[in-house]
Amino acid sequence: MSASAIPAALERGESPARRALRRFFRHKLAVVGLVVVLAFVLIALLAPWIAPYDPIETSWSRIRKPPSAEHWFGTDENGRDVLSRVIWGARASLMAGVVSVLGAIAIGVPLGLLAGLAGGWVDALLSRIADAMLSVPFLILAIALAAFLGPALENAMLAIAITASPVFVRLARGMALDAKSTDWVEAARALGNPPWRTALVHVLPNIVPPLLVQGTLAIAEAIIAEASLSFLGLGQQPPSPSWGSMLNSAQRFLDPAPWLAIAPGVAIFVVVLAFNLMGDGLRDALDPRADRK
Amino acid sequence: MIAFLLRRVGQIIPTLIILSFLIFGLQQLMPGDPAVILAGEERGDPQVLAQIRAELKLDRPIWEQYLNWVGNVVQGDFGFSWRIRMPVAELILQKLPVTAQLATMAFIIGVVIGVPLGILSATRRDTPADFLANGIALFGISTPNFWLGIMMILLFSVQLGWLPPSGYVPLWEDPVQSLSTTIMPAFVLGTGVASVLMRHTRAAMLTALSQDYVRTARAKGLAEKVVVWKHALRNALIPVVTLGTIEFGRLLAGAVLTEQIFTIPGFGKLVVDAVFNRDYPVVQGVVLATALIFVVLSLVADLLYMAINPRLRTA
Repeated sequence: MSASAIPAALERGESPARRALRRFFRHKLAVVGLVVVLAFVLIALLAPWIAPYDPIETSWSRIRKPPSAEHWFGTDENGRDVLSRVIWGARASLMAGVVSVLGAIAIGVPLGLLAGLAGGWVDALLSRIADAMLSVPFLILAIALAAFLGPALENAMLAIAITASPVFVRLARGMALDAKSTDWVEAARALGNPPWRTALVHVLPNIVPPLLVQGTLAIAEAIIAEASLSFLGLGQQPPSPSWGSMLNSAQRFLDPAPWLAIAPGVAIFVVVLAFNLMGDGLRDALDPRADRK
Repeated sequence: MIAFLLRRVGQIIPTLIILSFLIFGLQQLMPGDPAVILAGEERGDPQVLAQIRAELKLDRPIWEQYLNWVGNVVQGDFGFSWRIRMPVAELILQKLPVTAQLATMAFIIGVVIGVPLGILSATRRDTPADFLANGIALFGISTPNFWLGIMMILLFSVQLGWLPPSGYVPLWEDPVQSLSTTIMPAFVLGTGVASVLMRHTRAAMLTALSQDYVRTARAKGLAEKVVVWKHALRNALIPVVTLGTIEFGRLLAGAVLTEQIFTIPGFGKLVVDAVFNRDYPVVQGVVLATALIFVVLSLVADLLYMAINPRLRTA
């Protein structure tokens, strides 16, 4: 099936990366996802300049005012501007999503490569550890870790990173096993390359495409996990704004101030949806077998 | 089959041993001295601290504490709650039926929505129906459960006043009241399951529909309905059943935030309350229990896979 795809790509003189980019940009929804993600990154970076009010300054005269021209998303139970808190909250959410997934990759990929390339008891041990961690439901393990580490955004990120790492162990291990049986790795080994060099130069680059897909989808999951932990009070600590903790206080004022529950929830939903769209688009773009003519 | 079963159980044992290390190890992450936390106001009194340490065997070497703990767990003793002053195993058994009811309802909702949507979108591939079904699944995956719960309370309880926003009545005490308190949380949980089942049913159906036996069935002039429902679906459902079993296990444990929002006194509420009360033995116990449920259900999933896949029956 890919036999016809390869000459076509070669004819155009296209590198695999360029072909993937072309396919990604043909995928309209994925591009929408990318644009939304970039918009939120900008909002998070520019928060001090674009937020209309101080996100933690309280005001007695502005307690729980519905949305208006001055306060587009209304004000909260302490008289703080909801829009400004949502804007600043993007920092906590995006940082938690990206940092915890990078952490999960930093823990998972080296261990997975080691397991796949070393084989034997090393592989058996690492695989069983991954199995054991995967048998505890994601959120329960994250909550337990965050609880034992103590409530703080950094600890929540660490807990999510550890909880998400076995998926990357499995991914890297699978790819390493696949690569091990290929001729180029066999050749690299026959030439006398040390195992670490084989792993870094010959196996790792092949893992990058699936890693990108899995990583993007994992960020979506990590953002929900951080919001969940913050909702429970195990993430970002008050008065610093985070979407999860905003929803926690919103829940107590559903009757008198329903607007408090809308904006932070929509923000989480939109960002997570955008990362999911991007991940799906990347999967289609990077799958070498999925080249439709 | 028996050989397979034995091999599969043999694989579980090392996983369980490592799991025991991990869960016991959680305790070591705890900042500060548990004796000081437990002593509370009396934390300045070295005699009280020494007494707590002796009582909880915290003064013993770590490996002895571990062996002790594992020995107890094997006998069904999951420890003793520091705050509620009850055996953890008893607490878990008390909460399990509540969460089981919620999970079962959520699972039914998930299957009823997810599987037909998956079949629909696979048989009408690349049509608006397929696009819509995929969109629904994507929304389901991207909406945080707890926010969907809050929105449902806002709509159905606060605005419309149709359903109670919280509380729980056991099914055997008042079935109608019980269903009205659990239908919203069950729906919230069910949407997640529906999305996952939809995507997998769709993928499995697409694979099945491209197989030779489906082409043969079509070629010999069978009605499309028969081809889809009898030939393709039966085979497509094999991986879906396995996945469904595992999803059910996730539901039993994944209800944490949903239970919190609807104040349903199940598993999730137990672990969250325990986290806030720093009742670490309960946190440990719930992690252990959910992991055990998950391990057993994945075994069940494998056995189901064998039972419904005739090709594996003789292997």
